[in-house]
Amino acid sequence: MSAENKGREVNSQNPESTDPESTDRESADRESTESLMPLWEVFIRPRSGLNHKHVGSLHAPDEVMAVQAARDVYTRREEGNSIWVVKATHIVASDPDRAAENFEPAADKIYRHPSFYDIPDEVGHM
Amino acid sequence: MAAASQSANLAGSADAALIATLIQLADDHLILGHRVSEWCGHAPMLEEDLSLPNMALDLIGQARHLYAYAAEKEGSGRTEDDLAYLRPDRQYRNCLLVERPNTDFAHTMLRQLYFAAFMHPFWREAVNSTDDTLAAIAGKAIKEISYHIRHAGEWVVRLGDGTAESAARMQAAVESLHCYTDELFSCDDNRRACVQAGVVADGEALRADWDETINAVFAKANIVLPEVPFHQYGGRQGQHTEDFGFLLAELQYMQRAYPGAAW
Repeated sequence: MSAENKGREVNSQNPESTDPESTDRESADRESTESLMPLWEVFIRPRSGLNHKHVGSLHAPDEVMAVQAARDVYTRREEGNSIWVVKATHIVASDPDRAAENFEPAADKIYRHPSFYDIPDEVGHM
Repeated sequence: MAAASQSANLAGSADAALIATLIQLADDHLILGHRVSEWCGHAPMLEEDLSLPNMALDLIGQARHLYAYAAEKEGSGRTEDDLAYLRPDRQYRNCLLVERPNTDFAHTMLRQLYFAAFMHPFWREAVNSTDDTLAAIAGKAIKEISYHIRHAGEWVVRLGDGTAESAARMQAAVESLHCYTDELFSCDDNRRACVQAGVVADGEALRADWDETINAVFAKANIVLPEVPFHQYGGRQGQHTEDFGFLLAELQYMQRAYPGAAW
């Protein structure tokens, strides 16, 4: 493994010497690492009653080890009392190139904010 | 040391037995904690580079409580640091298992499982110890050691039931470490006195629990238990393996080179 990593460094510094076979092998390595140790997104609930919040990601072979790794990586300083992990490939994200059409139309709809009501005093803190 | 053992004698044989037993336990935890800490910065992946030091710190924390209590019982002015850092090798009474070198990830995880599978029932019984301080230490330690069983156990299963190479390494770890496990259950006169006083459980009484944990993991990990013609003992008498001197040299270096150093 380490010999191959060294080879990779040499190749990246010396693009002319890149041979296609080694590039194939590198991408195969990455694929097999990714399938053996996929990426997981980690969500921690800081306190009871609050929502789980995304805190980062990690690599683990399966969901059991992912929860253990999340415990070891993200809760060492009492950050929370519950952990969720989700395989990163299971997360579907909005397309950044469509940010304008997705989000800008909301910008001039200020009436959607509940800021045009007088809240009676007896309601108290909201 | 002469002064210390004298004061232990003065304190009465019950206390002497307790102090000796505490030091055995503390040495197990300190030495295994040190071994596991050697992975810090060298683990095969970032996630384990945090997990291993987490476990090392659990063990060293448990060692501190035990040394501090032993030092208090001794009452000779020795501190937990004196006990941890300033004894010669023959005075350490840890079992040989915990001083075995890390070798590879399979050896490390298996050693952790062997030890945790013993300490879990040990602390479970010690929660009801007639000694209140030990019961309090047990209450904290049992949660930490439960996680060690779970984490090391999951790795042993994944390595044993993994690739051809990981399975071969895990089987090799079992072949090389299994002969050190029997010393976990050993019982000398001091330990026996503590058992009779209800301070700690008899190691033999915990063997069924240990077997159950190990057999359950090994069945999932496709590990074949080796025949062990000769079990290895000696650590409890201060007779250690060659690797132990190198471990102590590193462990004690700072206090030997800069006596009393603190930061």
